[in-house]
Amino acid sequence: MSATTMVEGTTAAPSGAGVPAPGTDLLVPVRRRTLMVRTHPVVKLGCAFAVTLTVLLSVDMISAGVLLVALLLALPFSGLDMRVLLRRLWPIPVACVLSGYGTALLAPASGTVLVDWGPLGFSTGSILTGVAIAMRGMVLALAGVLVFATTDPTDLADGLAQRLRLSPRFVLSALAAFRLVGLVIADWRALSMARRARGVERARGPVGIVAGFFALAAALLVQSIRRGTRLAAAMEARGFGGKHRSWARPSLLRPRDAVMPALTVPLCALAAGLAVSLGTWNFIFL
Amino acid sequence: MTVRNPDGTGVPEATGQDLVSPDARPPEVLVRPARIEARGFSWRHAGRKDPALSGLDLVIEPGEKVLIAGASGSGKSTLLHALVGLLDDEAGHRGGELLVDGAPPDPRSGRAGLVLQDPDAQAVLSRLGDDIAFGLENQRWPVERIWPRVRQVKDLVGLGQQLDHPTEALSGGQKQRLALAGVLAYAPGLVVLDEPTANIDPVGVPRLRDAVLDSCRETGATLVLVEHRIGAWAEHMDRLIVLGPDGVLADGSPEGVLQDAGLRPVLDAAGVWYPGRSSAVLVEADGMPGTPAGAGKCQEGTAAPEVLLEAEDLAVARTLHGPPAATGISLRLRAGHAVALIGANGSGKSTAALTLAGFLPPRGGTVRAHPALLRHRAVQPPRGRKARRRRDSSDPAQWPAVDLVARIGYVFQEPEHQFLATTVRDELALGLRRTGAGHEAETVDRLLEELRLTRLAQAHPLTLSGGEKRRLSVACMLATSPPVLVLDEPTFGQDARTWDALIGLIRARLEEGCAVLTVSHDHAFARALGAEALSLGVEGKERRR
Repeated sequence: MSATTMVEGTTAAPSGAGVPAPGTDLLVPVRRRTLMVRTHPVVKLGCAFAVTLTVLLSVDMISAGVLLVALLLALPFSGLDMRVLLRRLWPIPVACVLSGYGTALLAPASGTVLVDWGPLGFSTGSILTGVAIAMRGMVLALAGVLVFATTDPTDLADGLAQRLRLSPRFVLSALAAFRLVGLVIADWRALSMARRARGVERARGPVGIVAGFFALAAALLVQSIRRGTRLAAAMEARGFGGKHRSWARPSLLRPRDAVMPALTVPLCALAAGLAVSLGTWNFIFL
Repeated sequence: MTVRNPDGTGVPEATGQDLVSPDARPPEVLVRPARIEARGFSWRHAGRKDPALSGLDLVIEPGEKVLIAGASGSGKSTLLHALVGLLDDEAGHRGGELLVDGAPPDPRSGRAGLVLQDPDAQAVLSRLGDDIAFGLENQRWPVERIWPRVRQVKDLVGLGQQLDHPTEALSGGQKQRLALAGVLAYAPGLVVLDEPTANIDPVGVPRLRDAVLDSCRETGATLVLVEHRIGAWAEHMDRLIVLGPDGVLADGSPEGVLQDAGLRPVLDAAGVWYPGRSSAVLVEADGMPGTPAGAGKCQEGTAAPEVLLEAEDLAVARTLHGPPAATGISLRLRAGHAVALIGANGSGKSTAALTLAGFLPPRGGTVRAHPALLRHRAVQPPRGRKARRRRDSSDPAQWPAVDLVARIGYVFQEPEHQFLATTVRDELALGLRRTGAGHEAETVDRLLEELRLTRLAQAHPLTLSGGEKRRLSVACMLATSPPVLVLDEPTFGQDARTWDALIGLIRARLEEGCAVLTVSHDHAFARALGAEALSLGVEGKERRR
């Protein structure tokens, strides 16, 4: 994010850059064009990276807790459809609580022992570690969801290629391939129907289901490769793959893009600082 | 004021174009039309005995508009790929020379633009405007000229959607327009189109054709296109070339070729739909308009032909939730009769057919198979007691797959999905083996012969040309002689000969007392079968005609 080139009048892309197109509903649909939605994708990615790094460095309740509270507070400002978010992503908190429970159960006892059943037991120390693990998982998941659900893949690709100078060939191919992911589900359905029409029975019983899955997966792989090959040909037929290209959507950094890092970086510092000063910071590489 | 472009080059706005794009085009988008020269050019796909294209000698002068026709499998698509430089030397053997402007074609040069047959595989980006701009970016057009050009081309091809419209949400015809726009945008010197109007409804064809012609006139580009139904194009083109496996069969002005009585057999053999073509099957059909082809035979002795499959007040949907694709469908499939489901894209025709055959659960209403249909079953009973009990259910969704094959032959829209074997011969024998019907070798040989697939018997099904795949997928379903035949867009992209062959085969089944349901845009096809048309409207309300 160092190459901050502010631009005044350019012929910017008329397609409301930054807003996922209607119908782009991969994770959670965006309902409002908030600042977070409009922030430059690479900046958002950087913010998510900062948060992720902070919680990954230490397993403790304070740093993870501060960031979790901050992210939960940020949720309403994401512009995401909260109802859809809860309906689709409820397994994430459940998984986090379960992993916290597992950690609490298996972590070496410290502090006051509360339950002691042979190898299994809970102590105040192990419970605190479990809670920290659960919160850490939530922070990682929430940071990822906030960034990727509010970012249009096309804009992210533009940003990665133009601002981070990643190879356009690589970035745009990945973007085009990503678009085919949605078609895989439709292909899977069509293939299973077409196979039944040829007299191949729908899988029944555990062995049958596993065998049927692999047969269908192989057919799906063949279809996906063929589709990918056709798409690659179509891209090449339109002159893709040369060394230089221009960009229809200049990926520009604007003053408003400074807001998210200006909030995120001090927050990460606060979380880490508070944990260190309270003595709970627990650097994982030590 | 300075525009800083991603390469880091500061570009003064007024004169910036030269720096971004060394060969910046003047605003009126004039191009140098391409010249094509083939000398003894041939191409053989790896693993195939016969070349896809051989002995091609051809010169196309700059700015010429050339229409190419030829039977399915005559190497038309191969030629188009070769013109753009998309033939991969690792995937086949090249012979002779093919030059564009005196050099082997390079796709990156932007000299040529190709629109492929499959409109689904051509949208690269998820927003309509971005997709049109893709080629312009690759040709390094300066950003300030990209968007005006995108809007101009979007209007030219007749796409009314906004620039940020998702490409996924376009219909097949709109996707075809988009693919065309993506190529016309960067004004290549050679425009190459593979059946650009094949899946456009007849009303939309003139507009799309004019978009192509106007754009080529605007830029002066050389135009090469392949189309089976040449009627809409012929009078606007400079040349008509009929291709065969061994090179050029006919070459001249469209009027010259079409009016030369001596060339008629060549055109017929190549499956060209020329204006005024008389199809053997159609002449026969016109003799008895509206009469189901096989009705006479199977009505003998009975008051009304037997009902095999029946739907009552059916509501259909692709998914368990979400709005139904169509509602209120009631129809009866009778022995020896054909029903054609017609309606615009997205009116739920395919969904209705899938539900009727038990592939999708009905959202409402019922599907009921009658005893006359249930009588047919696989010779080899399915394994498992439960499966054997499900054989006699009146709901097709309950049937074991082997019994389904013996009762309903379902030809899917996408032939590739249905192929399971590694050779064409095994593919045809598969259904017979599953149902234990016997007479495997004779049936397979007869079908290979009927659908002109004999020389491909050992080829892998996925390596066939588009028309050959379609013929094979129909033949696979005819193999087990099911009493009900369902065909989803069977004539899409077919040449006239294949079309005739399909009509002939299906009419033969009708006469044997088979019930046929087709889903098609092709009204002539429904007419030739004497099918009762059932139209699914946008509101999901059906209306009989």
